[in-house]
Amino acid sequence: MIAIKDLHKSYHMGNNSLHVLKGINFEANEGEMIAIMGSSGSGKSTFLNILGMLDEADLGSYHLDNVPIKNLNEKVAARYRNQFLGFIFQSFNLITYKSALDNVSMPLYYQGVKRSVRTEKAMHYLEKVGLADWATHLPSELSGGQKQRVAIARALASDPKVLLADEPTGALDTKTSYEVMELIQGINDEGKTILVVTHEEDIAHMCKRIVHLKDGKILDDKTVEQVRAKTPAHV
Amino acid sequence: MFNRDRWNEILEALNANRFRTFLTAFGVFWGIFILVLLLALTNGLKNGVQADFGNFATNSIFMWSQGTSMPYKGLPKGRYFNFKLSDVQALKDNIPELKYVSPRNQLGGFRGSNNVTRNEKTGAFDIYGDYPEFINQQPLDIMEGRFLSYSDIEAKRKIAVIGQDVIRSLYDKGEEVIGSYIKINGINFLVVGTFKNANSQGDNEQEANTIYVPFTTFSQAFNRADNVGWMAITAHDDVSITSVKPRIMTMMRELRTVHPDDKRAIGHFDLAEEFAKITGLFNILTVVGYFVGALVLLSGVIGISNIMLIVVKERTKEIGVRRALGASPWNIRSQVLQESLVLTIISGMIGISFASGIIWIMNTILDSVGPVENFANPSVGIGVIIIALSILIISGLLAGLIPATRATQMKPVDALRIE
Repeated sequence: MIAIKDLHKSYHMGNNSLHVLKGINFEANEGEMIAIMGSSGSGKSTFLNILGMLDEADLGSYHLDNVPIKNLNEKVAARYRNQFLGFIFQSFNLITYKSALDNVSMPLYYQGVKRSVRTEKAMHYLEKVGLADWATHLPSELSGGQKQRVAIARALASDPKVLLADEPTGALDTKTSYEVMELIQGINDEGKTILVVTHEEDIAHMCKRIVHLKDGKILDDKTVEQVRAKTPAHV
Repeated sequence: MFNRDRWNEILEALNANRFRTFLTAFGVFWGIFILVLLLALTNGLKNGVQADFGNFATNSIFMWSQGTSMPYKGLPKGRYFNFKLSDVQALKDNIPELKYVSPRNQLGGFRGSNNVTRNEKTGAFDIYGDYPEFINQQPLDIMEGRFLSYSDIEAKRKIAVIGQDVIRSLYDKGEEVIGSYIKINGINFLVVGTFKNANSQGDNEQEANTIYVPFTTFSQAFNRADNVGWMAITAHDDVSITSVKPRIMTMMRELRTVHPDDKRAIGHFDLAEEFAKITGLFNILTVVGYFVGALVLLSGVIGISNIMLIVVKERTKEIGVRRALGASPWNIRSQVLQESLVLTIISGMIGISFASGIIWIMNTILDSVGPVENFANPSVGIGVIIIALSILIISGLLAGLIPATRATQMKPVDALRIE
């Protein structure tokens, strides 16, 4: 699904050059659920941005579903993002003046899907994350966990190949975090490939594979026993 | 480009900060309001002044003889001469550009002595000997009967067409005017028509004090032989009388044996030139109206541009999110452009409507208080509205252009990082 070879990325600020990614080799197969861990400055966010086509690598190759991702202009990149990827952000990034339903149908809007079809699909995904009753509410009327679930529904709306989650539980308390992870695990169970950037050990262990990044290189890459995120009654 | 979803997107975005949207819109509203109002007021002034010209054939000159100022061919200077009827025919024959050449003779005048009597009533009036076509040069509203005709000219009938004030002075109320006789300088004339001046203002009173009789009758009755007092000359609509004028003058000097350089021998008044001066003045006023209005509008447009820049800045993160979700740069750019366009056009339309309302109120007041000196019917044509709308559309696009470009300049990854 994802094949990355010898990926390099540097940032230039004035005369200083910061080598963030120093030769990453990485592969992910369909249906995997991978945690990308690392301390801040390890390059995990940059890595995720490149995977998400929000940023471009300096060197190396990147194939997504056998499509080479190289020298894309913004128009094509936007289309690929819409087609291949679903984003889940730490701070949810819902559009504040749009209802939950409209937020979810947004990727479909950019796909040019008809309004009635769009609403139907968006409603389906809202039901899936258990928020059908909240469809007409604005993000400001939702709790943090609910917001993230709307964001997950939005990421799923365009039926992407890969979900990219950047610290999806970073802004949530433990109980809500586990609820959200339970949902993400459920989506993975249905066969969707998911990458989760996190620095929390317990969250990482809810994935099937953990990749450690340090100083722009992969430190280790191991398969783990997945811990099911059953909402703990005692928390 | 403007489907229902787009509308929703735009309206949602504009609704998100209503007070700011309102304030921004006000700038453009005010600009177009001032523009339309200025043009309407200019138009009102123009209508008011041009009403003084009435339906007068403005492509006309009036020409009369004065004393010569140069000796010529043995004739002394200071000689007084008259145009002759043959001159009129010569002008008609030789200058095809002329539409009407009306010779005129006059009796009485400003504060003249009593010259008209009817039974025991008398009055002092202007009496003109005229040709039938004169009514085309200076329109009159015939109230009863008719104006002069060519058969009157040929038969030298002693008939008269009289003004409203003449009737008031010489007749009792309710008396039958048509078919009665009046005595001009002791000669009886049959009244065949009455008129009211079509002019709205100005020399109303003098005009209403006028009596028209056939030119030939006038000449014979008052001993003018074939002399012509003055001429009213009108050119065809597609020729300017001012351009034909030198030929008329040259010809008259030749026929009347006047020195070719003697400018003073023939006096004239060029109505077309005067009219053009006034028209020119109003054209300048219109340009000033557009200029000032457009500048006021410009500040409104800059306001919109400014606010759109702030909006784009504020929504940097939102734009980043949208791009992560698959919005192409064109999606983003067109949305910003359309927001600015919709804002401009809607506020502009309200401005135009509002200005129309004010103009309507002005007209209503003008109608109720009656005519006002030099001001009538302030209005703007549909052409002006279309121009104003196109200015709005162009300025809306211009206002959105910079912010729209700004919106897509930032890379999505940087836009997402903004908190």
